[in-house]
Formats: sequence, structure tokens, C-alpha cells
Amino acid sequence: MYGKGLRALSLATFAALTATFALVFFYAPLDADQGFIQKIFYVHVPVAIVTLCAYVVGAVFAALHLKTRDRRWDLRSYVVIHIALIFNIIGLLTGSIWAKASWGHWWVWDEPTLVSFLIVFLLFATYQPLRFSIEDPERQARYASVFAIMAGAFVPLNFAAVRAASPFVHPRVLGTANGGLPGSMAFVFVCALIAIGLLFATLVAYEVAAKQTRWELRALRRRLLGADAVAPLGRSAAPALGAPERPAGGAAGTTTPRAQRNPAEAPS
Amino acid sequence: MSALLAAAPALPLHTAGKYVAGAFVAFVAIVLLYVAIMAVRLQRMSRELNELNAAVEARERAESAKRAEAPR
Repeated sequence: MYGKGLRALSLATFAALTATFALVFFYAPLDADQGFIQKIFYVHVPVAIVTLCAYVVGAVFAALHLKTRDRRWDLRSYVVIHIALIFNIIGLLTGSIWAKASWGHWWVWDEPTLVSFLIVFLLFATYQPLRFSIEDPERQARYASVFAIMAGAFVPLNFAAVRAASPFVHPRVLGTANGGLPGSMAFVFVCALIAIGLLFATLVAYEVAAKQTRWELRALRRRLLGADAVAPLGRSAAPALGAPERPAGGAAGTTTPRAQRNPAEAPS
Repeated sequence: MSALLAAAPALPLHTAGKYVAGAFVAFVAIVLLYVAIMAVRLQRMSRELNELNAAVEARERAESAKRAEAPR
């Protein structure tokens, strides 16, 4: 059954987020330099870290798809990158708000950290149009996986390059020479990182379960009511999961290209 | 808490508060929007499942009626 463990994951996410928000506002001390505005840090930085890690995870799933040819890895890679894009938007928005409050500008183009995060976003924003532009599901999955691996490899390289850049005004959070956060702030930061990581995992689990259930429903409708009762598969960026589908009438040789290439694949 | 907030050295609360609120609201709003989209899709799947259940029941009724009509 799809969505196994979703209830426990959702409850853990809700509890972790609630506790984290309480810690942020009632436990974490005010920053001596920035004051109350520094509270944005507890959302912005964990979201950015989870986003970048998710892109790498999406690349790993894509590599597993290429290795095993199991479509479920393509689905996981697609969903992880999809949710990471949403988190990327949250990271850009919260960072922009923080920049306006701290620096007086919504965006600073000569700041490598900001611009590199935007570049990563724009790079992965092309993932969905790339998928959509390829009609054959088999080729779509393969090309998208190759793209996800290349773009995913770019993320740590980009991160390292930005950290190596000498002129910066963006604060460094982890591993700086002058020591990182004080204990209480670091504790709240780790809690926020766990909570936002859990939120990401929950959204991914829901999305994967929803996609698999939708596909299963489609297969069930086809079996029960016949091919005429199912709308034909249109062009989509989402991965095709189901068993090979014969169009209404079931004429031999008119299966989808994916079905012709890989007829043995069972629905996931 | 209010004493802590009042002691904020960089931006006074009436200035900083709106930015902090804005960042947290943006975070929560985007997540809620996504959950709402998921809920709409779930409703659609639930409707489709009901249709399939109705189709199965109709088929079962027709089969049992056929069996009852069949000569013994």
C-alpha cells in the first residue's frame, strides 16, 4: 500500500516544526549584531541547506534510475527535485526579505552566495520544461536523469566555489574561522534543520504516494471499464509509471514507444 | 519576551517585526498552498475511486441478476 508511515511522518513533522518555532521565538537569544531580524536565519538557512542537499539526492536517485532502469527511481528523483524547487523559492524569498532588512536591498547582485543560489534555481527550473519537451516516456526519463546527475554534481561544486570566493558580505554559518554559533543558537538551528528536513521528507512522501495511487487508479479504471473509459496519456513532465497501455481497440503494434521497449515492467 | 525584544540592538521591533513576520508567513503560506493543491488532487482521486466503486457494484448487481435469471 502506498503512503506507508505517512501518518507518523506527518505527526513528527508537525511536532518538530511547532517545537522549532517555539524555540526560535522563546528560547534562542537575540543576536547581538542583528537583533530580532536574525530570527529569519532559522528558516532561511535550513531551507537553503535542505534545498541544496535535495538536489544532490535527486541526482543520486537519477543515477539509480539509470543503473537499475526502475521507473520508481525516476519518480523519486522527479518528486525530490520538484519539492526542492519549491523550497528553493522559499529560500530566495526569505533571503530577500532578510537582505532588505539587513542591507536595505531586496537583492544584491555582487554577492556570490545569493547569485549562485539563484543560478542553481534557474538551472533546476529547466528540469520540468526539459521533461515536458520529450514525448517518449522512456527517453524523457533517461534524459531527465542525465540532466539531474549533471545539475546535481554542479551543486556541491558551486557551493565550494562560492565559499572559496574572498569578497563576501553574506554571513558564513558553518565552519567559519571565528567559530560558529553560540550553543543555544546552534541547538535551535539544528532543531530547525531537522524540522525542515522532516517537512521536506513528508512532502516528498505525500507526492510520491499521490502519483503512484493516481497511476494505480488509472490502471484499475482501465481494467474495470475498459480502455475507452480512460483518457489517453497526454504529454506530461511527470514520469509515466503504469504498465504498457494499449489504446482503445487494442490494436497490436500501437502501444506506446515505452511499452514497446520495456514490456516486462510492472506498474510500480 | 517583550523585554528581550525591546533590547534588540539592530532594528527596533516595529521595523524588524514585519520582516521576520513576512519571512515566516512566506514559508508557511507556500507550504500551505502546496498542501491545498495536494488536497484538491486527493479529492479528485477520491471521486474517481467512488466512480469505480459504483461501477463495480453495478457490475456485481448485473451478474447476480443474470445468475438468478439463468435456468436451473
